[in-house]
Amino acid sequence: MLVFAWGNPSRGDDALGPALIERLEAARPAHPEWGELALLTDFQLQPEHALDLDGHRRVLFVDAHVSCVAPYVFDRLQPQPGFGYTTHAMQPEALLAVFRQVTGREPPPAWLLTIRGLAFELGEPISAGAQAHLEAATGFVASLLSGDWQRPD
Amino acid sequence: MSNLETAANPENLNRVVIEPVSRVEGHGKVTLLLDADDRVHQVRLHIVEFRGFEKFIQGRPYWEVPVMVQRLCGICPVSHHLAASKALDLIVGAKQLTPTAEKLRRLMHLGQILQSHALHFFHLASPDLLFGFDAEVAKRNVVHVAAVVPEVARKGVLLRKYGQEIIRHTAGKRVHGTGSVPGGVNKNLTRAERVALLGEIDTIIEWSREAVGIVKQLFADNAKLYESFGRFESNRLGLVRADGALDLYHGGLRATDAEGNTLFDHADYQHYYELIHEEVKPWSYMKFPFIVDKGTEVGWYRVGPLARVAQCDFIPTGLAEAERVAFKAFDGGAALSAPLGYHWARMIEMLHAAEGIKELLLDNDLSGGDLLLRGERQLRGVGVIEAPRGTLIHHYRVNEDDQIVSANLIVSTTHNNQAMNVAVREVARQYLDGRTLTEGLLNHIEVAIRAFDPCLSCATHALGRMPLELELVDAGGAVVGRLARSG
Repeated sequence: MLVFAWGNPSRGDDALGPALIERLEAARPAHPEWGELALLTDFQLQPEHALDLDGHRRVLFVDAHVSCVAPYVFDRLQPQPGFGYTTHAMQPEALLAVFRQVTGREPPPAWLLTIRGLAFELGEPISAGAQAHLEAATGFVASLLSGDWQRPD
Repeated sequence: MSNLETAANPENLNRVVIEPVSRVEGHGKVTLLLDADDRVHQVRLHIVEFRGFEKFIQGRPYWEVPVMVQRLCGICPVSHHLAASKALDLIVGAKQLTPTAEKLRRLMHLGQILQSHALHFFHLASPDLLFGFDAEVAKRNVVHVAAVVPEVARKGVLLRKYGQEIIRHTAGKRVHGTGSVPGGVNKNLTRAERVALLGEIDTIIEWSREAVGIVKQLFADNAKLYESFGRFESNRLGLVRADGALDLYHGGLRATDAEGNTLFDHADYQHYYELIHEEVKPWSYMKFPFIVDKGTEVGWYRVGPLARVAQCDFIPTGLAEAERVAFKAFDGGAALSAPLGYHWARMIEMLHAAEGIKELLLDNDLSGGDLLLRGERQLRGVGVIEAPRGTLIHHYRVNEDDQIVSANLIVSTTHNNQAMNVAVREVARQYLDGRTLTEGLLNHIEVAIRAFDPCLSCATHALGRMPLELELVDAGGAVVGRLARSG
């Protein structure tokens, strides 16, 4: 399984995704039931990340969001051809579509966990409010990795 | 018609806002002022430049800077990493790096050039170029490119991936790399790493050649459009090697005018502030750099691939040099001042980067053990690099306690501020003036901006923040038309 979070660690609550990865990394030794788990972070989602999805049974994307319902929202994703771009960064649905085009195969089942962020200023730490969202999100992912995602497809 | 920077009677005009500009890193906004007959009276590109860097970095120990500055930008962190390292080399007294250190940094830089140029061409620009500037919005994205020309999209992804692998091996990690440090590097490349990377390089070179061929063919097939679209004449600025060759990592500053006459050459960038000043305009957050000797009116310039390829004397790798010669010769030099010529020049640089990577990987110095130098401590240093988008200047002062006391950055997009504004005004003159605005027509404005590949030193990207909305507001402030598309 792959958990892939993106965000800038130095831009306040944009660091929520990478911070969740750090917490999973720290918690992993105490959770052998998680099995083979790949953890990955980057600043932004980019087209070549499609290749990072290859070989994983499930993929969980994690990002901060300025306006989702707090503390987090968990959605199943489907590849979306035609899902547009805004900046250099991609949307995860488009990444799944790129995977399909590049490999000729279906991407692994994927979900997106969006964690509600509040402030995104450069040089600021994660805000107090978003810390609480991070705690809740980390607990949710840990339970997912220990529970539902351990069951056969 | 005026130069379209400032309308004579703005209170009587309709205002159209394109905000933010899509497929451009960060936030951009274009405002158009139109009269009742849709004649264009004013066009301005506003870029919300990030200015919090100095505060972010002041008081931090200098050795942290090459890592910290990568967090300015999720698109070109390696460029900031290297420009900062070059400035701090001087702080630690390392005026000349060891061959191993310099070649490893050059390799890292070429990896960044390769992946950045590949991203721009295959994923940001190709939808416009392959499907037309006023194609349906649903088709102007890389997913549609992948559907129609899957090989183009696939090669774009794999070129990106290869560039990122070069970065991972030289910087130590895929992101937040630490490979370059003041005075050198902290790791070399093993022979096994070099062999592994060499295994793919001939394919990378070939795909880069094909990419040059795609743009060359687009110019040949649509010469009138590609030569004239947003065309303007300007000065140019960039680094060149001592012998006049294209050098993206190090050199002296060269500036030429539109006719190719030299304004200054091989200038020591430690004194860049004597050559370049920045003008402040009340309507823009971003400054407007200009060449001091020419003044604000005619001293502005363009940087980046088009400026570099146009004004270097030669490219020191064979395939890219042959393409440079063809590029300069095309229709008597018609591509040299065309904004869409950026795409062609960018692909020539990508080919050069691929060739340069091969040369370096074959060089045993990359596996050497002499990584760091130190010399007489200094309190000030300037580092300049030719980043994918153009000249990038980092300037630092430190105190005796090793803390950063001041920092000044001039990023590529700032250098190109006036040039992008002029390109947008030319496009408005050519395509929008007197016509009813449509989404396709407004995309022409964005096509001109995207040719420069602006990047706004901004790695915040929270989902849901980047819709594109166009509003037409009448003189009384009422919204009389709206176009929107989601992210």
